[in-house]
Amino acid sequence: MIAKTRKLEFWSGVRDEAPILLGVVPFGLLFGALAISAHISIPAAQAMSAIIFAGASQLIAAQLVGAGTSGLVILMVVFVVNLRHALYSASVAPHVRHLGTAWRLLLSYLLTDEAYAVTITHYNRAGDSPDRHWYFLGAGLTLWSAWQASTAVGIFIGAQIPANWPLSFVLPLTFIALVVPSLKDRAGVAAALVAGMIGLLATNFPYKTGLLLAALIGIVTGLLIEGWRK
Amino acid sequence: MNIWSIMLIAGLLTFGTRLSFILLLDRIKVPDWFRRGLRFVPVAVLSAIILPDLTSPNGTLLLSWRNPQLLAGLVAVLVAWKTKNVILTILAGLAALVVFQLALGL
Repeated sequence: MIAKTRKLEFWSGVRDEAPILLGVVPFGLLFGALAISAHISIPAAQAMSAIIFAGASQLIAAQLVGAGTSGLVILMVVFVVNLRHALYSASVAPHVRHLGTAWRLLLSYLLTDEAYAVTITHYNRAGDSPDRHWYFLGAGLTLWSAWQASTAVGIFIGAQIPANWPLSFVLPLTFIALVVPSLKDRAGVAAALVAGMIGLLATNFPYKTGLLLAALIGIVTGLLIEGWRK
Repeated sequence: MNIWSIMLIAGLLTFGTRLSFILLLDRIKVPDWFRRGLRFVPVAVLSAIILPDLTSPNGTLLLSWRNPQLLAGLVAVLVAWKTKNVILTILAGLAALVVFQLALGL
């Protein structure tokens, strides 16, 4: 009986995660192909998807590695970009409090944007099944498998593309496609413009530290303008 | 730092962030400014990467209509704004780059 509800939870996690894969797989393909064009080796590109396992920050890291950015700056950027996961962690924490450490380590590793989105919806639904972490596991593993597989296919495609194709230009285009639709209010637009302008002015800062400064001032600008209007 | 050590530390940092509240900080409340500030992180970081990339494609600033990357980037911004579609934005930007490069004889 217990095994049955676990199986049920697991497979509903898999099923609910599946439609989201349509939006995830193109980014896995992109990451694989672009990592190769940034001269990251095939094993390193695949390992990045397993070890970092966070889409946007992997694309940014590939871009920065290709641009010869210092390791420390790359680490700080990846850390800041992934800080939002602390919010997911806080929001999921009460639901996994009863689990052992091994479970909590495993679920933390699988706590991506996409797994969080479906899992928290499931937790917030009525019901008090003690096996809902199996749903989390099903959703998380589904996303994980799709991310690894699409990275592998992307690497394969990237290796076939002639070196003189303007593939490196795909990265700024991808970032444009991510940023522009997310600019919904004045604060967001201000954050983007200020960060972009400072990034431009501070291009020649040593080790690309200008990027960190630009991002920080952009974030503060967004916060200030939002506060103003409240 | 080589790519492998960057990757390992980045992986640990990301895992640590995801683990933070689940394992240790169960009872600490996230401050409101932090929660609100996170919304601006991707927008700010990505914009700070995009703009220098477009205006200085070869490492030197080129703010002119003779810079095909800048022109193609503007086309991509327009397409992203109108369609909100990632694939269309990339394809339009790449097509614009090729057209502008041919037109400018580059």
